[in-house]
Amino acid sequence: MVLTVTEVTKSIPASGLNRPILERVSLQIEAGQSLALTGESGSGKSTLLHLVGALDGFDSGEIHVAGTPLSPLDEPGRAQLRREIISIVFQQFNVIPSLDVAANIALHAKLAKRHDRDWEAHLAERLGLLPLLSRYPEQLSGGQQQRVAIARALALRPKLLLADEPTGNLDEATGQAVLDLMLELVRESQTALFLVTHSPAIASALDHRLHLRNGHLT
Amino acid sequence: MTGPALLALMSHWRQHWFQLGALVIGLAMATSLWVAVQAINTQARASYALAEGFLQKFDQQVLIASDGDLLTSDYVALRRMGWALSPVLEGRIRFGDQSIELIGIDLLTARPIAGFTSQGAEVDPGTFLTTMIRSPGGLILHPQTAAQLATLPPDLKIRHSTEVPPGHAFGDISTVSRLLSEPDKLTRMMYLGQEKPTATQRASLPSHIIFAAKDSAQITPRTLTDSFHLNLTAFGILSFVVGLFIVQGTIGLAMEQRRGLFRTLRCLGVPLRHLLFTLLTEIAVIALISSCIGLILGYFLASSLLPGVSATLSGLYGVEINNGLALRVSWVLSGLAMTLLGAGIASSHAFVTLWKLPILQGTSTQARGQHILRNFGTWARAGTGLLAAGLVFKMTLQGLVGGFALLGCVMLAAALLLPYCLSRILIFGQRQTDHPLAQWLWSDARAQLPGLSLALMALMLALATNIGVGTMVSSFRLTFGTWLDQRLASELYATTHDDTQGAELQRWLEARDIRVLPIRSKVLQQNYGQITIYGVRDDATYRDNWPMLASVPQVWDLLSEGKGILVSEQLAHRQDLSPGDEIPLPAGWPSRVLGIYADYGNPHGQAIVSMSQLLSNAPDAPNQRFGLRLPAEQVPILINEIQVKFDLDRENITEQEKIKTASRRVFEQTFQVTDSLKLLTLGVASFAMFISLATLWNQRMPQLGPVWAMGVSRKTLAMIDILRSLLMAGLTALLALPLGLFLSWSLLVVINTEAFGWRLPVHLFPLDWLWLAALSLMAALLAALLPAWRLFRLTPSALLKVFSSER
Repeated sequence: MVLTVTEVTKSIPASGLNRPILERVSLQIEAGQSLALTGESGSGKSTLLHLVGALDGFDSGEIHVAGTPLSPLDEPGRAQLRREIISIVFQQFNVIPSLDVAANIALHAKLAKRHDRDWEAHLAERLGLLPLLSRYPEQLSGGQQQRVAIARALALRPKLLLADEPTGNLDEATGQAVLDLMLELVRESQTALFLVTHSPAIASALDHRLHLRNGHLT
Repeated sequence: MTGPALLALMSHWRQHWFQLGALVIGLAMATSLWVAVQAINTQARASYALAEGFLQKFDQQVLIASDGDLLTSDYVALRRMGWALSPVLEGRIRFGDQSIELIGIDLLTARPIAGFTSQGAEVDPGTFLTTMIRSPGGLILHPQTAAQLATLPPDLKIRHSTEVPPGHAFGDISTVSRLLSEPDKLTRMMYLGQEKPTATQRASLPSHIIFAAKDSAQITPRTLTDSFHLNLTAFGILSFVVGLFIVQGTIGLAMEQRRGLFRTLRCLGVPLRHLLFTLLTEIAVIALISSCIGLILGYFLASSLLPGVSATLSGLYGVEINNGLALRVSWVLSGLAMTLLGAGIASSHAFVTLWKLPILQGTSTQARGQHILRNFGTWARAGTGLLAAGLVFKMTLQGLVGGFALLGCVMLAAALLLPYCLSRILIFGQRQTDHPLAQWLWSDARAQLPGLSLALMALMLALATNIGVGTMVSSFRLTFGTWLDQRLASELYATTHDDTQGAELQRWLEARDIRVLPIRSKVLQQNYGQITIYGVRDDATYRDNWPMLASVPQVWDLLSEGKGILVSEQLAHRQDLSPGDEIPLPAGWPSRVLGIYADYGNPHGQAIVSMSQLLSNAPDAPNQRFGLRLPAEQVPILINEIQVKFDLDRENITEQEKIKTASRRVFEQTFQVTDSLKLLTLGVASFAMFISLATLWNQRMPQLGPVWAMGVSRKTLAMIDILRSLLMAGLTALLALPLGLFLSWSLLVVINTEAFGWRLPVHLFPLDWLWLAALSLMAALLAALLPAWRLFRLTPSALLKVFSSER
């Protein structure tokens, strides 16, 4: 099991009280499988993704990523996990504007010392980025930037890929094309995908689907 | 991990080369100004150390005259009594238009003490000694002194040695006594015994001679000039701080622009500490490169300023320093350390921000701007606290340190108060207008305040420094001019070859009904330093013109009756004397202080007694110099007549105006360094403003896009942009005025008195302020032109990106 979330609870302070945003949430994803998490705005789906991505802490319960429990980890330990095992694709792309496309794609793998030119070239080809390798993000469209972000995430060969509304900033056709490619590559590389979306159509394209309502999974 | 992270971080500069340039230039400028000041100070101090090291060989343990003169016969008598002594004769001698300090020792008995080598003397020690002792003798001087002295007696054998301090010449006592025309006199006698003389031995000394060990409280070049170097260091620190404002602004902006990058890198698994370390490495590399550039610039700056400093030290303190700038490890290392420290300080805020930056979300730039605006209130409170601290320092710390502490606190407090004051003024301005575009101008100016505040602080400090230092120099110039007119009241000054000729000239002139004012003096060596006492006739010239600062009633009557003495301001300050006090002088001299007079530019103590008092105490006072009072139109005729009648060279007869011109030239040289430094500081501040406006350009788009979309043309927007810069600079200049006036008051009344020993009246020069205000507006205009031009040339598609980015 690549990801196991067990009875996780998370609260946030609001008006002097702790408001629970996730209550006793549990889920699992195996290698090569994909799971979509849907929910209304403010339902806590992005928060759950952040917890799984070792970006934020939780109040109780446990999360195991590739067998590693998150709660005992300190900041450097969490950073190491993100560097070597997890990749995240954000809605805002988060590509680095001062690096060209090739450098952007290679960055995460280089940080983890797993730089593989052939694999990166393969990803670039599959995502249609080969003619754009020497361009800078400001010279790319939104869809192209998101494909760069996906290539960067997969270049690591992560065990767990997290995607937060990866097509939220793209038009429908481009979004669908990007999603299809991502799913194909995930299956190809036996990566577990945890995708957060508010779109039922996108969610239906994944292996499994969960809905989050008032902090509870349904 | 470090390599890819560092590369990703540094890739920012590739797209923001202008920002990188600003950072490097800011650091290099700050370093260069600091290094230049340090290089000058180090060079000067090395010269002082050389002089002290050289001169102390001759005055460690000495016999001096407690009263009257020390004569060669005293030396002979003491030697016969068994005292191990060696005679020393010192005096100032003029060669052409330069004067130097001559030191004569008996080379036979004291050469081992002198212990120097003569460079370039291809002679054996025996031949060297023969050359120096045998008539016409020789002098050893520093190569720099030799180069400055155009007219040395041709028969003298001149040797060069860098062991002799600049401004001094060293020779056998026979040669020196001949050159000084003092065949029988001695300044002191070096005691050569291994053990200190016993009490019995001391008791055997004649009553007018005493044994004196070197007095540690004696005034040396180092103690005299310490305050000057402190002034220079303060200027260096101020320039450095102004330079750092650029650096802080640029680093802060670079951090701001890379917030997204930091967040992404952390999401990609770069730990926070590692990210901070990588950033620190990046800043250190940039700082090191910048400091190397700054060191080179600083070296050249110091080389160009050193002659001015040399002239200042020579003019104000009579201290000569070596003009050739040597590269010294101490200031190179201090420059490197200061740059690294400065970069660290300037980036510390950015690091703290990064440390606190949440990995998941950062507040928007606009929200952070509002946060900073709210912080201006905290800054203002800190500024008020600093003002109070400054006052406490002034009351509790004595002298120059207290003055500088007050000044530093007030300057920093004013800088901290500036953004708050500007913010309140901008709010007030906004409320006074109904016009929407004008309202937007005021509110937009306020929105820009967080980004511009550091540059505006730098501008205000630089303007205040310019006003302060400018007022000081102009006040000094005005006072000095008036003082010169008062001091040099005689129309003509004549110098004869000897006393006999002097007496003849005096009789001849008085027979022609020309008022003659003999200038006769006696130099006394007191334990508080050298003091020259002049004797004056009771003449209306002195009563009407003499620049008296404080006096008892009927001062001139009392002086002419021999009932007291006038002292110079420096001497009064040093000895803490007021009219009515007693000054310690040998018996016979009047000691009651009747008045204190201004004596600008004289490093030594000076006093005035009546001519009869001078002659009764020093009957042998030279009678060779005279001030002559006569109608101006008769001056050329009299010059001719004196030349013909007394066979005097033209340079022995000087018109008042020539002396004034020469004095003014020395004065102007004196303030060359401060003039250069204040202009450099203003230049740095203007550059800071330019950098801030240019680097803030990208953050302007979200403000400008919506206004443009509402129908305001790009041309109008560009004009408003320029107007906004002018408004900010104008308001800053206005607020810099009271600070500058405070600075000038502190410099003239507090710092100057402590540093130079004289106090000056504060004069105001409103035209200079207007000129400075115009200069700062010009700087703001130039700084705003590039962003305005870019705005004017902006394509609609670029402005539309604001909206697409907000999608």
